[in-house]
Amino acid sequence: MSELTWPAKLIALVVKDFRVELRTRYSLNALIMFALVTLFALGVTFTGQNLTFRIHAALIWIMIYFAGLQGLSGGFVKEEESRTAMALRLYAPSSVIFFGKLIFSLLILTILVVFLFPLYYILMNLEITRIWIMLLVLILGIFGLSATSTITAAMVSKANVKGALFAVLSFPLMLPLLLVAISATTVCLGGGDSQALWDSLKIMIAYPVIVTAVSFLLFDYVWNN
Amino acid sequence: MIIISAENLSMRFGLRGVFKDISFRLASPSSLTVTGPNGSGKSTLLKIIAGLLVPTSGRVRMESDSDEIKAESRRKLMAMVSPEMNFYDELTGAENLEFFMKASGSRLKPEEIEEALNEVGLQGRGDDYLKAYSSGMRMRLKYALAILKQPEIMIVDEPSTNLDASGRKIIYDLMHRHQQNGILIFATNEDDEIAIANERINLAR
Repeated sequence: MSELTWPAKLIALVVKDFRVELRTRYSLNALIMFALVTLFALGVTFTGQNLTFRIHAALIWIMIYFAGLQGLSGGFVKEEESRTAMALRLYAPSSVIFFGKLIFSLLILTILVVFLFPLYYILMNLEITRIWIMLLVLILGIFGLSATSTITAAMVSKANVKGALFAVLSFPLMLPLLLVAISATTVCLGGGDSQALWDSLKIMIAYPVIVTAVSFLLFDYVWNN
Repeated sequence: MIIISAENLSMRFGLRGVFKDISFRLASPSSLTVTGPNGSGKSTLLKIIAGLLVPTSGRVRMESDSDEIKAESRRKLMAMVSPEMNFYDELTGAENLEFFMKASGSRLKPEEIEEALNEVGLQGRGDDYLKAYSSGMRMRLKYALAILKQPEIMIVDEPSTNLDASGRKIIYDLMHRHQQNGILIFATNEDDEIAIANERINLAR
């Protein structure tokens, strides 16, 4: 028997979550089905119409947000529902659980966006004028949504009406991020100016860092009480 | 030497009081059994000792050679077996053991896992998914994890739940062995099991 470092424990938790996810498709199926249905509905509704950059940006982030809502609470909720949370509390340090679940949410949302964004791009004949900045906006947006959903999911996991409570609690927390993500995406698609983009990016960088730091400080209390 | 002391532990869930002013002191090697009718708070007391619940008042102190052991370090010294605690149905028995040991900081060799499975009578079943395990086999797997962890403090809630006669013999041997070296705390109302412990707390409802 040999001792493991903190990152090795973290990797063990993320690998476990992915192994369980791949064998059950608890989160991924819900996420991808919701994204596909929404995308299809949008494609049929807006075929041949010339949408503004802002509407495209809003549709992209609304899809990511709502699809994310379907699956992102899964990590903690499933642990409580299947009564594995007790063993996890007993054997894994809180910091490993928090960052493990955050990384898992990040990866799930990344898979969703990698799947969703190119499909939206093709289906809606999108043109992106600032492709690299668009990628940065997506990465920061995913990070912010994952950080917020991780602490919110931990909070609601012991409640009776988890799904509804997750949506109610996460929406006001995610709204500022969604608004700046929509602004930044609008500029990347060709609308707005560089100053507006830079202002949005500053908020998008600060938001996930602040949320992650505050969540980490609160997590021990939320998880163990 | 490890010492656990509980000082005036009380627990309430909302307006309902579960137990009040529970105190004890255990120094390794020793054992304590918690008895009492259903709903008297046996499992709650064990969870408080394990650090899974915060008492309404009072505290649990752990010391090693007169130095207090901080909350995060306590879990390294502890293993718990409880019918309330589930492992992952989507993983095999061996994968569950490997994951929980890695999460607590230890990398195992496959032969160590096999040895622990043999010890609890699950030889050859390590590669089966947990969803194919019976409730008795699941309980045995929890003991396999406790064996692998080699804890200073072992906490067991209802030790023989779901176990057949051979399973009971295995875990009674394990409990006897553990109390000769470390601290064993368990909750039960079975006379055979009560007799294993050196000390007893009876919780009245």
